[in-house]
Amino acid sequence: MLAPSHFSAVLLFATFASVVFGITQRSTPKAMVQYGLYCWSIFVGVVIVASWVMWLIRR
Amino acid sequence: MASKVQVPAKTQTTSQGFLYSALILGWLVPGAGHVLTGRWVRGLLLFVSIASMFWLGLAMQGKLYVPNTGDVLDMLGFAGDLGNGLFYALGRIFDLGHGAVQIATADYGTKFVVVAGLLNFISAVDAHNLRIGRKA
Repeated sequence: MLAPSHFSAVLLFATFASVVFGITQRSTPKAMVQYGLYCWSIFVGVVIVASWVMWLIRR
Repeated sequence: MASKVQVPAKTQTTSQGFLYSALILGWLVPGAGHVLTGRWVRGLLLFVSIASMFWLGLAMQGKLYVPNTGDVLDMLGFAGDLGNGLFYALGRIFDLGHGAVQIATADYGTKFVVVAGLLNFISAVDAHNLRIGRKA
């Protein structure tokens, strides 16, 4: 059984979803790459912020 | 999420043959609709992303939803899983999904499978838009 850590699962999810979003939501290769990177950073960034918020709430 | 895809004023039919071939093929096999329209690199990237997500989800002991369980959430999960096309059929035929989600990793795997299906729906619609000339 594959058992990635929580953060590894987030990185995998963000990478695959961002590739699809980039290709399907933009028309030119440059815009696809830019939008894919933007989506990836938003996915991962929101998870990191939410994790710290939950850590602060728990304290 | 606002889309910045430029839509021409008039829809142009750029290809001949069955109009929905890219939509159906793209649904059955991720990325195949884009390959049909001549976008090999996009098709390959979509296939790798969606297939990886689906099979990694199953490797994490993800659940494959079945129809007619009577639970609304199960029905929604089934609708998402159905987006995986032939992958879902293979998973059901070979009984690759896990029935009960008991650990966090299996829950992630279940979400991976559902989201892979939803992403494939987006991909198939994009292939259809390329096919009919709505998107460049």
